[in-house]
Amino acid sequence: MSERRESPEQASSRRKFLLETARSACGAALVGLGLGLYGNRQAMARPVYTMRPPGALPGKKFLAACIRCGQCVRACPYQTLRLARPEEEAATGTPYFSARQIPCELCENRPCIRACPSGALDPQLTDIYKARMGLAVLIDRENCLNFLGLRCDVCYRSCPLIDKAITLNALHNQRSGKHTLFLPEVHSKHCTGCGKCEKSCVLEKAAIKVVPLELAQGELGHHYRVGWEEKAKSGQSLIPEQLDLPDRMPDFTTPITPEWKP
Amino acid sequence: MNDENYPGALAAAKKGWFSSHRWLMLRRLSQLAFLALFLSGPLVGLWIFKGTLAASRFLDTIPLADPFILLQSLVTGTIAGSTALLGGALIAGFYLVSGGRAYCAWVCPVNIITDFAAWLRLRFNLQEGLSLNRNNRYWMIGMVFLTTALTGSLVWELINPVTMLHRGLVFGFGLAWTIPLGIFCFDLFVSKRGWCGHLCPVGGFYSLLGRFSLIRVRADGRENCSNCLDCYAVCPEPQVISPALKGENGQGPVITGGNCTNCGRCIDICAERVFSFGSRFKTEYR
Repeated sequence: MSERRESPEQASSRRKFLLETARSACGAALVGLGLGLYGNRQAMARPVYTMRPPGALPGKKFLAACIRCGQCVRACPYQTLRLARPEEEAATGTPYFSARQIPCELCENRPCIRACPSGALDPQLTDIYKARMGLAVLIDRENCLNFLGLRCDVCYRSCPLIDKAITLNALHNQRSGKHTLFLPEVHSKHCTGCGKCEKSCVLEKAAIKVVPLELAQGELGHHYRVGWEEKAKSGQSLIPEQLDLPDRMPDFTTPITPEWKP
Repeated sequence: MNDENYPGALAAAKKGWFSSHRWLMLRRLSQLAFLALFLSGPLVGLWIFKGTLAASRFLDTIPLADPFILLQSLVTGTIAGSTALLGGALIAGFYLVSGGRAYCAWVCPVNIITDFAAWLRLRFNLQEGLSLNRNNRYWMIGMVFLTTALTGSLVWELINPVTMLHRGLVFGFGLAWTIPLGIFCFDLFVSKRGWCGHLCPVGGFYSLLGRFSLIRVRADGRENCSNCLDCYAVCPEPQVISPALKGENGQGPVITGGNCTNCGRCIDICAERVFSFGSRFKTEYR
């Protein structure tokens, strides 16, 4: 250790170097900690009122791919899309829209997707009707005019996939006893989440809203088999069609309640 | 400013005001021109650059993209689309020729703000303030990549003052104006040339390109140097001057430091015409 003595200058310059390095590392770590916590909070947020453009990669994948250039916003002919500002719900700089303000018009030539340079809006989405920006849900069944027994039907009529994404189901009106309710029902198989129904809902606040898929949809147990689907798939019932259960009749030979003996 | 010790007074007296402010004016013109080319679309419908400095399309055909943002995306395990990759390659190639941090001096809108803060500092003769290590920008790059990898999201772009300011100008600010204002106050009151000269990881990234870039400032006339130190006073990265101007044993006359922003202010300010733009190759021009 004491073989090669270092000069005081060497020692002090090494000291300085180590100190500088520690200082820089500390500073960067602190900034990184703040940024990481803030950024993670923003990335984890699932804002309900902000819809992503069609073809947007799901959740965090989108936040990793989108480079926040705003070319999709420029490409949108209806000024539907906007870039999130720091005070807004969506991650700063990313594109979003609010269906109640301006819904997606589902342009068949997909200008926003074609404008996206990064692939955050998936170029493989060639059929705009395959977009799944969210799912419309008739969320308020107490104030929906059709549920009240009126023929509003506006969400149904404004749906670009009328009779596919939204159907009207006729049901007896129990209240009046003589009329029919035409209840709008959304089908996830066809709904793109464009938000035209939410936009057109005549109520002060929309009874039908587009919400993120993960919020709108449940998930069946993976072991679960729906009988009629399995039947359609295999072409026949999986169990014998006429299941002959043994007839069990009450056995009258023994008394129903045994005689009580104290 | 009439003080004869004020940096530039000598050059203005000897070369005239115009030629002692030539590159400065050209640079401001370039910064404003880039802003105008991005803003002409949203303001008057004439689309030249569509997008922001993060990525854009030139005349609706040529894609451009910031390679630093693409690297951040790569760190999350995402490979950007081919359009963005082509754009990133074009921008990287452009700055490999024009000199890495030429982006900082000639394009980046934050530079206008931090140059203004530095000018006020010089004007009112403010103390240097908090001294930061210039290598902090590389630590910041590491920090950006680490947080991006850990969160799986481009977190730096949530607060990046460069894209924030530019996006604010092109798409509307909201509360985004707070960040450039913060940078201005930091540079003016806390640390001299604090942001662009010490911390900004975007500049740090372009300085790495600048180590190999073709166009460089040269001190070919260094034997005329009168040691007035005016170039050191105005240079945003004065540490790059010494090896080129005073270097011995074959060092110089080219400024090879990656952090030279090719702003050309030293060329303006030198009364003895020591500096000029040229290539990075050693060949003497004179």
